[in-house]
Amino acid sequence: MALRELSSLEKSLGLKKANKYSTQGDRKVPVLQNNNGLSLTGLATIATHLVREAKQPELLGVSAEQRAVVQQWLEYRVTKLDNCPKEEVKTVLKDLNQYLEDKVYLAGNNFTLADTLMYYGIHRIVVDLAVQEKEKYVNVSRWFDHVQHYPGVRHHLPPVVILRNRFYASAHH
Amino acid sequence: MKLFVTEGNPHCLKVLAAAELIGVKCDVSHVNHEERVVPHLSRPTLPALLLPCGLHLFTPNSICRYFFETSGHESSNLSNQWLEWEETELQPILAQALYMAVLQGKGAEAAQALRGPLSFLESSLGNRGCRFLTSDEEAVADIVLWAALYPFLSDPDFTAGALPQVRRWFQSVSLLDGCENAAYTVLKGEGLNALSGFLQKQPVPPSPRRDTKNSTQIELVVLAEESQRVMTPEEIEAAIQTWSRGLAECPDPVSRERPILPQEDLRNILITSALPYVNNVPHLGNIIGCVLSADVFARYGRLRGRNVLYVCGTDEYGTATENKAREEGISPQEICDKYHAVHAAIYEWFQIDFDFFGRTTTSHQTDIAQDIFWRLHERGYLLEDTVEQLRCESCQRFLADRFVEGVCPHCRYPEARGDQCDKCGRLINAVELQDPQCKVCKETPVVQSSKHLFLDLPKLETQLEEWLEKSLRAGDWTVNARQITRSWLRDGLKPRCITRDLLWGTPVPHPDFSDKVFYVWFDAPIGYLSITANYTNQWEKWWKNPEQVELYHFMAKDNVPFHSVVFPCSLLGAEDNYTLVGSIIATEYLNYEDTKFSKSRGVGVFGDMAMDTGIPADIWRFYLLYMRPENQDSAFSWADMALKNNSELLNNLGNFINRAGMFVTKFFQGCVPEMKLMDEDGQLLAQVGWELHHYIKLLDKVRIRDALKCILNISRLGNQYIQVNEPWKKIKGGDMDRLRAGTVTGVSVNVASLLSAMLEPYMPTVSATIREQLRVPECSAYSMLQDAGKFVCALPVRHRIGTVSPLFQKLEPDHIEALRRRFGGQQPEEEDPKQQAGAQAEASPEPGASSAPVEVVGIGAGDPEMAKQLAQAVAEQGERVRTLKGQKAEKAAIAAEVATLLDLKKQLELAEGRVPEPAPQKGKKK
Repeated sequence: MALRELSSLEKSLGLKKANKYSTQGDRKVPVLQNNNGLSLTGLATIATHLVREAKQPELLGVSAEQRAVVQQWLEYRVTKLDNCPKEEVKTVLKDLNQYLEDKVYLAGNNFTLADTLMYYGIHRIVVDLAVQEKEKYVNVSRWFDHVQHYPGVRHHLPPVVILRNRFYASAHH
Repeated sequence: MKLFVTEGNPHCLKVLAAAELIGVKCDVSHVNHEERVVPHLSRPTLPALLLPCGLHLFTPNSICRYFFETSGHESSNLSNQWLEWEETELQPILAQALYMAVLQGKGAEAAQALRGPLSFLESSLGNRGCRFLTSDEEAVADIVLWAALYPFLSDPDFTAGALPQVRRWFQSVSLLDGCENAAYTVLKGEGLNALSGFLQKQPVPPSPRRDTKNSTQIELVVLAEESQRVMTPEEIEAAIQTWSRGLAECPDPVSRERPILPQEDLRNILITSALPYVNNVPHLGNIIGCVLSADVFARYGRLRGRNVLYVCGTDEYGTATENKAREEGISPQEICDKYHAVHAAIYEWFQIDFDFFGRTTTSHQTDIAQDIFWRLHERGYLLEDTVEQLRCESCQRFLADRFVEGVCPHCRYPEARGDQCDKCGRLINAVELQDPQCKVCKETPVVQSSKHLFLDLPKLETQLEEWLEKSLRAGDWTVNARQITRSWLRDGLKPRCITRDLLWGTPVPHPDFSDKVFYVWFDAPIGYLSITANYTNQWEKWWKNPEQVELYHFMAKDNVPFHSVVFPCSLLGAEDNYTLVGSIIATEYLNYEDTKFSKSRGVGVFGDMAMDTGIPADIWRFYLLYMRPENQDSAFSWADMALKNNSELLNNLGNFINRAGMFVTKFFQGCVPEMKLMDEDGQLLAQVGWELHHYIKLLDKVRIRDALKCILNISRLGNQYIQVNEPWKKIKGGDMDRLRAGTVTGVSVNVASLLSAMLEPYMPTVSATIREQLRVPECSAYSMLQDAGKFVCALPVRHRIGTVSPLFQKLEPDHIEALRRRFGGQQPEEEDPKQQAGAQAEASPEPGASSAPVEVVGIGAGDPEMAKQLAQAVAEQGERVRTLKGQKAEKAAIAAEVATLLDLKKQLELAEGRVPEPAPQKGKKK
């Protein structure tokens, strides 16, 4: 799963594939091994490295503050979202919904790596949401729809239908 | 920018350490565990950082990243990888381990759970061979992992296998600015226990997943199982070069010719240790807290070529002395003379190498104290006020400080003293005590007013803060000393009374207060000055010379405010260019077998008793320094002392030095053989050099206990080196083998000579013995401990050594157990004798897995074999008491022996199946 994600990320970053991946342990933690003898372990670590390699540093944030926020969401992805027990899903959605109330993307007004990885990670949850739930977590749905339509992001994942007209009715402005 | 933290939350340690290290300017707000700081999260999440842009960072690692970024350090790939490992692999296990250790009391299981991640860390550090996780510079990952593991790795009792690399790395991070300070803020010196409040509010962590393949991951990364730091070729090359220089450039030791005075071109270090109160025999806690710690630092300083003056003396004025004198029917001065000699003898036995050990009842004390008083008075730093004081009508006197006890108004501790609460450490005005009682007659005292003088601390506060800001930045203050001082300043200073209605003290020279003396806390620190004045009439060259002199005060932590606030204020207010405090080295407390030392209950080992145990002073020094309560309280334990002596001194240190010397004697006719260094010798030289370097770094920062570990690491390395190279076999081989045996022997005996230098501050007699046995040149210690430390070949080829003999003796379990019984004091009467026996059996140094419970049952049921042994012990103990009485020995000594006798008799009765008689009335107590 994580490997497909990384491969999608490579594509969206326009990287020519020169990295070899494998996984480690029961949690299938990704490991990157490239030709220069570099070896990196962990999804967030590798993803950050790929963005640097693709020379698109803006995707990691444009200020020290934003870079910290991006890394925080990457951390959130690998600690909270992955292996999130069923009873916690609602809290995660509720918190995220509240957070996104006044934001377009996770780190504010520009698209970053945090959006890509959070999108990949939350996809399995959003796919299963009923229409009413999508409405309940309206800000999450809006953000999700944005990201899945962001050029080059949604590679290996099926699109999720978000009913736009309903949202316009309950939107804030 | 605002940082929200809470005490006792391990995650907050990360962010506070990072903030202090980077020097982030942000507002720190302490909130409670339940406070919801981040509006978009439904659960309280701390720590949290409110960014200037209005967003919150709510994970500790992202906050740390941000702090590092603001100083221009973006996290590297490697650092990111460690952070992600910490978040996903370590934290789940850590949560479980904390839960087990703190809330379930399962320390061993917790350690077991942490073995996996710790050995991963160990091997990664070993393979990489850097000072820190990613390079020789600290990165955000170092701070995060250090803080995450701090609660366990800082606990002296924590063991999860030998982790030399992890320990070394941990110590390197601990030495970074602000790290220990942050740890103290969060843990308050209480270790794991400080976390219990926080952990109770957390959901029970799920059992860590059994990730079977995790172990393969670890193996993948572990290339070499051996955990030693692999030195780089450059480091080895440098070590060999240093080595081959030998003792060519040998500096002269700094002269100790009397009087020692500050010198232009040297670092002039003035060291004081808190003045022990004269009418108590000092116990081991007093000794490690002040005089011994200061002695190690003074000896080290002299070896480093600094110009050191170490002064101390007995604090002799006060009511306690007066009272003791009345009791014994002699004058207070006679009491002081008697006990001053007792103190001096004990410290001499412990080899405390004072430059001068004086006393406070001298005319210099009166002159200097009165001079400072008048200067303060002239400059308007003294206030006059009427004080309500407690007076005991039946004893016909004012009850000063320690003569009244009651309930602490702050923490409700029932046995608070009139000046300070032992429990919460706050200072108290005697009249604030609830339910006060005269300690002598137990009557309730009445409040009466009398006129007194006060030192106007608020008026001096700004000056003090200016000085402290400089001193705290430049000096080597221990974390607890910094914290205590800061909290005093934060609470705001109040005027402090400097006079008392007593007779035995320095008289107040003011005519309106002619019947009063100076309060001991004004008077006693001035003792440092007057004691120096008794040493040399040029004392002002030390005490009125802030430009040239660095002043170090050593003490236990309860003395900090008097040295960091009250005393400096007296000196500042006197405006006479006094030398002010540069560093305060304060220890936490040493307990006795998990209870407090107590003279009145006869619990613990006191200086004079230690002399009677037959155990050499150096062994006491070693164990006390090994257990030195540096970051948190520690406990003296007999069984542990025997264990440390037998494992660390006998089997490790002594064994190595003795083998090295014996090889020279047996195989090479007592002369250092020809050496031809190979790669692995270079490796050893570099490793030893690295430990030496670390030792110096630690002792420069007065980390006495940690530096001692470097010595033991070196002898461990040496033992391995001998073991691997087997010179005793090679010596029987061909020429090449014989040369190899010679090289290994020659290098080893030189390592031993380095150890003699490093040991000098800790175990002076052992150090001298080694130097004598190996005939180490006089200047070698000075030479090797210069600068960052140089491990040179001090015993060159053909150097003839002396007669080698073993340095240490085994401490036998029987001997130790007998001592433990002798000094255990009366057990609390209510304690069930069965339990008591059980506890003793458990504490015995060789707990045969099944013997303890059997013994307990045996006693309960009446055990003839046990009874026989006990009958014998009772007879012997009875004889001992009779002899002591015959010799007219000290009352206290006899009482202790009698207590042991009674205890043995009680056990005998139980063993014989008789019901013990009710405990005798405790008539011994006065």
